[in-house]
Amino acid sequence: MAAAQRWLPGILRRGDGLARRLYSSASSLLFDDTQEQFKESVHKFAQETIAPHAAAIDASNHFPKDVNLWKLMGDFNLHGLTAPEEYGGMGLGYMYHCIAMEEISRASGSVGLSYGAHSNLCINQLVRHGSPAQKLKYLPKLISGEHVGALAMSEPNSGSDVVSMKCKAEKVDGGYVINGNKMWCTNGPSAQTLVVYAKTDIAAGSKGITAFIIEKGMPGFSTAQKLDKLGMRGSDTCELVFENCFVPHENVLGEEGKGVYVMMSGLDLERLVLAAGPIGLMQACLDVAVPYVRQREQFGRPIGEFQFIQGKLADMYTSLQSSRSFVYSVARDCDNGKVDRKDCAGVILFAAERATQVALQAIQCLGGNGYINEYPTGRLLRDAKLFEIGAGTSEIRRMIIGRELFKEE
Amino acid sequence: MKILVAVKRVVDYAVKVRVRPDRTGVETASVKMSMNPFCEIAVEEALRLRESGAATEVVAATVGPSQSADTLRTALAMGADRAVHVLHDPDPSRPLLPLAVAKILRALALQENPGLVILGKQAIDDDCNQTGQMLAGLLNWPQGTFASKVILNKEKATVEREVDGGIETISLDLPAVITTDLRLNQPRYATLPNIMKAKSKVIKKVTPEDLDVDIRSDMEVVEVTEPPKRKAGVILSSVDELVDRLKNEARVL
Repeated sequence: MAAAQRWLPGILRRGDGLARRLYSSASSLLFDDTQEQFKESVHKFAQETIAPHAAAIDASNHFPKDVNLWKLMGDFNLHGLTAPEEYGGMGLGYMYHCIAMEEISRASGSVGLSYGAHSNLCINQLVRHGSPAQKLKYLPKLISGEHVGALAMSEPNSGSDVVSMKCKAEKVDGGYVINGNKMWCTNGPSAQTLVVYAKTDIAAGSKGITAFIIEKGMPGFSTAQKLDKLGMRGSDTCELVFENCFVPHENVLGEEGKGVYVMMSGLDLERLVLAAGPIGLMQACLDVAVPYVRQREQFGRPIGEFQFIQGKLADMYTSLQSSRSFVYSVARDCDNGKVDRKDCAGVILFAAERATQVALQAIQCLGGNGYINEYPTGRLLRDAKLFEIGAGTSEIRRMIIGRELFKEE
Repeated sequence: MKILVAVKRVVDYAVKVRVRPDRTGVETASVKMSMNPFCEIAVEEALRLRESGAATEVVAATVGPSQSADTLRTALAMGADRAVHVLHDPDPSRPLLPLAVAKILRALALQENPGLVILGKQAIDDDCNQTGQMLAGLLNWPQGTFASKVILNKEKATVEREVDGGIETISLDLPAVITTDLRLNQPRYATLPNIMKAKSKVIKKVTPEDLDVDIRSDMEVVEVTEPPKRKAGVILSSVDELVDRLKNEARVL
């Protein structure tokens, strides 16, 4: 045993970033055998293929140029988890989608966010609302990773109050002409296929919104400045500009005037799937902190032996496991046809706020080293904070939950 | 032709092993367990032989507790066609010896009639490196151990073996037993579609009694202890002092 152990890890290890699982998770309750196997497989893929690039992606604010992560994830069948098999998808549900989101985010928050926007906001929206012709036209290239997907909802002056959007789609012969701007669009700079919401009837309020499929290269559509974000750097985000952009009628996603249903039901599932992102980040925090406190010595002992540090690890672990249980139980409900708006808001509210605190604790465990960018803890904190803001801020999530509870009485 | 692959569930190679407080063995209850790396290589080779057309079916087999089904599921997810699970709840003080495992595999081989049996050369938890050789003996089949290359046709297997003197090439009449070494191949990932397909593949459960195999162990583990902690080296000032330390402290002279 000792002889084999001495040389096996170095020889068999298939990458330099292989994270160890240092403890058993409560997987017997959360996952069945196949889901556990799926998780392990995505974990290996993410740690070998994505994790080695994470620090450079953050530092350069770019995806790597020497490898195409979109194609690699596509080859691994990750993009179309919730898409039907006839389009190249896997025909699975949100349990699997959340598992993938968790493990990819564990390897890199930026790649996880871009993956979530691509696979859930774009692909899954097309799966749920696209016509057969639209699915056939757009899904295969998005699922293979040849094309990148995005979704644009918010505007410079229309963030949380999304229904107040000003982006206008005026009906003309054969389609619509769109004018206006969209802000904070993840994958915007690189996307070939975008789901965009615009007002087709200004006077009708929420019932005047329509969802459109926009293609890169459409005349009148362009992207403005790429945003210089605090975290999730490399997951490119930008403003979209529409100046007399003609969109043919067949690019309406769903029906005219029914965009609010596409948008709001999509937001519920977006919040669920994105809630797995902070779980991945929390796991990454423990992946960094636990080995560190084992080997870092002060006062002649590993700092992990000190109760103050053990208390931090306990809080981090408990936040991770409770978030994981909440997210995956809601994912299971969604797969069983019960999509609960307040639960979808609740999982990302809880997981996101816990993730920021866990990242702060990870920095504290590493002390001075946690504060310098040579260690990943600063990146994990910057990435985690985004999840308290994107897909509806914590405040909006609380409002949604409170309103749903109020209605239920 | 059918290939039978034996796999074993072991403590994951990245895990730091700890001795049980009662010193009866090492802790396995709450540590990550995985397929033995050499067995992964065996599964991979069987799959490649099937993909090349040299074999038609890959059957994975394991001996172990109910949790060993996880390891079979890994083999099925890699692409094996079906699996056989010989149920055995381990007793740390009376471990299942390679001879008992070889007897079980012999019984399975007589049932399944494979043209080839592939095993990892050894398990990383006990380093016995005996099961394949014993199996070949019990079956009276030719064996090629420590394979770094396998070429298979209808009647023969050509095996390049890694031996201390270099690489030895042998030709085995089929059916035969092969054990795998590190350089034979690089095991694949289980692809996500294969993981989902593995759900519906059959894992047949049998017991050693069903196979009419006596697995009683005639070896008892008296105690398992941690190896001595490694201590820092000492810089000596002269050859005389070195001789003195070796003679009087280490007592090797």
